[in-house]
This record gives sequence, structure tokens and C-alpha cells, in this order.
Amino acid sequence: MADQATFAEDTTGFMDSLYTAALRMTRSPSDAQDLVQETYLKAYRGYGGFEAGTNLKAWLYRILTNTFINSYRSRKRHPEETELDDVEELYLFRRMSGRDGGMGRSAEDEALDWITDDEVKAALESLPETFRMTVLLADVEGFSYKEIADIMDVPIGTVMSRLHRGRRALEKTLHEFGVARGFVAAP
Amino acid sequence: MTGEKGGKNINCREVLHSVYHFLDGEMTPERRDQIARHIDKCAPCLRAFGFETEIRRLVADRCRDKVPDELRIRIAAVIAHEHKQSASAGGIAEGTEH
Repeated sequence: MADQATFAEDTTGFMDSLYTAALRMTRSPSDAQDLVQETYLKAYRGYGGFEAGTNLKAWLYRILTNTFINSYRSRKRHPEETELDDVEELYLFRRMSGRDGGMGRSAEDEALDWITDDEVKAALESLPETFRMTVLLADVEGFSYKEIADIMDVPIGTVMSRLHRGRRALEKTLHEFGVARGFVAAP
Repeated sequence: MTGEKGGKNINCREVLHSVYHFLDGEMTPERRDQIARHIDKCAPCLRAFGFETEIRRLVADRCRDKVPDELRIRIAAVIAHEHKQSASAGGIAEGTEH
């Protein structure tokens, strides 16, 4: 049973990550701040029920995710946002490959250098919420499929499906940015 | 089943289809070895895997935000207030004389 006296020390290291996640989820700095604050407060109140030594990060993310779903997501419900067109595999790779003439370290690797932080964030934020959250948990926070399934309270199969589709859609959006900025040839 | 030829080379299509599972470490060790052996010998597949690895790294590294100081301070204050409230509610009044 975790001790509330050590709560601040135990959890402060996760605040940057939680804030990053909150920003991607809410797409609003002020909402993100409120969400993180609410998450910490709930976590503090429930800390006595947390089993010390188990996955604290996942536990915090579960609170963050649930709070987001219950309090922030419902405010701006866009039904069309649950839909995501299926994008082919290796979307970006297929459109960027073959430019290096087969020399050693491929030009595709360098060719990703043009992508800015803002573009990555925007690409992630352009995904519908459930796909966005899944990709965020996997690729930004490094959770396993199982951990994501626990955090989002869905079956692992659903995690995989959302993750794979979400990533492909992300690549498609990055491709569009590349075309717009002239770094990638238009299809 | 899928009609896979045991031990024979798996084809590129199959390998590329499992790129996410492979990179996520969500694969049996046997399957993982099978894929690894293929990409060791197949330059195009290796490049595809390398590229996808790079995108994952990009997303991980470029989506970092820092908590504003004012939020840290506010959260610390909120927790401290909560702590104080529950402490007095529990009858452990601070500064109680014995």
C-alpha cells in the first residue's frame, strides 16, 4: 500500500510525460493543464490503493486517460472523429524509397530530418482520439500492447488494430506535410 | 493453417506485414528469429524496417513537452492543501499540545 507522504516524490518525474500526453489528447494547453492537475489530485486521493512496486506509470496513465474520456472528450463530441480510413502499410516508406540508388545507409533515414517537432505533434493530433491515444501510449510513452489494453480498458486485439491503423494514418499525414513543403515528391 | 513451408524462407510480403509486431517486441521468439534471419539477407526489407524504426524514434523524440512551472507549483499547492485537509479531518491537528 503506497504512502501519500511519498506521493509527490514518487510521481513528480512523470509530470512532463503526462503533460505531453494531455496536450496531444486535449489539443489545448489550458485544458491540458487542468487535466494534469485533476489527474494528480485523483492519483493522490487514490494513492493508498496503489500497490507500491507495481507499474506506477501505467496507473497514472490510466487515471489520465479515464479523466480525459469522462471529462474532456464528451465536451466536444464529434461522431465522425471515431472513423479512420484504412491506409496502406509502409505508406511513407513506399513513397520515399528508391531515391538513394541503393547506397549503404539509405536516403530515407536522412530524408526524415525535415520533419519538425510541430509537424509530428500536428500529425499525431490529427488522428481521431482513440487512435491518437493508442499511438501516443505506444510510441511516445513506450507502453506494451498489454499495458495499453489495461490503460484503455480494451482487448489487446483492439489495441493492435488501433495502433497499426493509427500509425499508418500518421505516416500518411507526415507524407502530406512533406509534399506540402517540397521534401517529398507528390504522388 | 497458412500453408507455410516449415524452415524455408518466408516471403517479403509476410515479413513487411509483421513489421509493427516485430518492432514492438510482440512476437514469439521463434517468429522473431525467422523474421530477423530474413531481414539479415534481404536489403529492401531491412531498409523498410530501418525506416519504420526511425519513424517510431521520431515520434518518441519530437513529442516532448515540458510542464510549465506555474502548473508544477499549482499542483504542489493543491496536493498540499488536500493533505492538510485530510490530516485535520482525521483528527491529527497540527500543533496539538500533548
